[in-house]
Amino acid sequence: MSEHHITAGFLPLTDSAILVAAREKGFAAAEGVDLTLVRESSWASIRDRIAVGHFEVAHMLAPMPIAANLRLTPMRLDLIAPLALGLGGNAVTVSNALWQAMERTGAKGPDNPAAVGIALRNVIEDRRGRGSDRLRFGVVHPHSGHNFELRYWLAACGIDPERDVDITVVPPPLTADAMAAGRIDGFCVGEPWNSVAVAAGHARIATVKAAIWRSSPEKVLGVRADWAAAHSETLARLLRALYRAAAWCGQAENHEEMAVILSAEAYLGQPAKLLLGALDGRLETGNGIHRFADFFLPVEKAATFPWQSHALWFYSQMVRWGQVPHGEANAEKARASFRPDIYRTALGPLGAALPSASMKVEGALKAPTPVGATSGRLILGPDGFFDGAVFDPTELDSYIAGQRSAGTGD
Amino acid sequence: MPPRSLSVLVIDENTLRAAIIDAGLREAGHEHVTVVHDVNGIAQRIAEVEPDVIVIDLENPNRDMLENMFNLSRAVKRPIAMFVDQSDQRAIEAAVDAGVSAYVVDGLRQERVKPIVDMAITRFNAYSKLARELEEAKSALENRKLVDRAKGILMRSKGISEEEAYTLLRRAAMNQNRKISEIAQSLILASGLLDE
Repeated sequence: MSEHHITAGFLPLTDSAILVAAREKGFAAAEGVDLTLVRESSWASIRDRIAVGHFEVAHMLAPMPIAANLRLTPMRLDLIAPLALGLGGNAVTVSNALWQAMERTGAKGPDNPAAVGIALRNVIEDRRGRGSDRLRFGVVHPHSGHNFELRYWLAACGIDPERDVDITVVPPPLTADAMAAGRIDGFCVGEPWNSVAVAAGHARIATVKAAIWRSSPEKVLGVRADWAAAHSETLARLLRALYRAAAWCGQAENHEEMAVILSAEAYLGQPAKLLLGALDGRLETGNGIHRFADFFLPVEKAATFPWQSHALWFYSQMVRWGQVPHGEANAEKARASFRPDIYRTALGPLGAALPSASMKVEGALKAPTPVGATSGRLILGPDGFFDGAVFDPTELDSYIAGQRSAGTGD
Repeated sequence: MPPRSLSVLVIDENTLRAAIIDAGLREAGHEHVTVVHDVNGIAQRIAEVEPDVIVIDLENPNRDMLENMFNLSRAVKRPIAMFVDQSDQRAIEAAVDAGVSAYVVDGLRQERVKPIVDMAITRFNAYSKLARELEEAKSALENRKLVDRAKGILMRSKGISEEEAYTLLRRAAMNQNRKISEIAQSLILASGLLDE
């Protein structure tokens, strides 16, 4: 019998793949970890159950540990993120009616977020002229990559996310229904829920996270800080198992098997065919299958590394949209929520190529580039924001000062 | 002047459980209880009811949407926290264990809110027990039906009495260390296969 029992909560999303593979493909067992996975119905429930000790770790939106440590959540809870559960994996999906209107004003393929965004801005201006209601977009949580990348994209295309549209929270499995019922015109959500809405005939994929910000962070392994401190050995075993599971998920020949595993009722309960698209980076957009570069990266490009620059970028967006006031202490809490030190210590014995730095300039690499690694060869990038902006975490104050913020509308 | 009674909003898609909580709160003297089953249009209801305490099923998938709404209401000085005193870890655990979550307008005194949250926890647990008992009763009934069918099959195929058929089933169950309903189910299945 294993001495290392871990119960992990997860939401039915394709990027739970690494956790699921760690259990189903025996990577956890090989590290002596008895890993139990429990499907949950909301991020709030994940947070509550980790707080009272039902779970030690969970599949979490990357900004969630930051928000908890900044006390933005209705429960006192200290969390850390010692590992990321991949990069990318989201899309922005709009209703057929909205896509048709956007096509008339110049939207073409989903690879060009700038052109799609300008078309959307034209539609919004046209609707305003006719006195129509504001368009409504759904995101899964206020402290989510979805909320921040949607707002980033809109703002960079000249759309004020606070005044020109309504942004509302919709649970991922209900997004397709909410769109069918006309309660939302678009949403930004993780797979498979874009593909589900497209397959149901309600929607078109307008653009994807990987095109808005290539190689960008999405989910992390959230861990209760006190548990991590008291069980560093058990946590290290889990991190090694997850790293190996991520490597397995990253191999193209395993995608079909992964899709079948995830399709089980206990995990996603959706047809394997709908899940395969995100794993392969080939999605049905509603206008044929489209291949997206780096749509979801489980392991390549240090996809499991908890970059503190990612934590600080999320923090900069929390400040931007009025969720938290900027200050040195807050920024430090945000940065320290991600724990590359724990990651390196745990994964060191594997001899894998791990980044030497804990922060990097986001959006600086225009092409795949070798970077400093603890051993072996590590390639990062391209990692650009679609608008060409660069986030230098050592220049946080000026980045925050330069952002168009909530309600200024300038 | 005594403080006005608190306004409680119960959000639960399960109408039976909601009714049980509603009844409990009313028996305890809470007059301002509103029950909502469907979260569509909930913003409007919250504006009307101005709840001091919101009780919701932990598993409701719309909790992220609701919490976001509460957060937005922070702008109008109505912050809502899980419990008045966040350090009351035991109460939080009891609530999560029971599958209930509660949101409370910040600034309310603990002793005013705690009885409401405790009542919700008790009633959630009572409902779970009831649901479990119903499930057990249902399966007991189904098991009896299975045994009756298996007896019928044995009586026909072996030309024996009902009592002899039951004895055979019971002996098989004892020998194989299985439940008599499981033996009955296997027999029905096997007999169905043979008939095809």
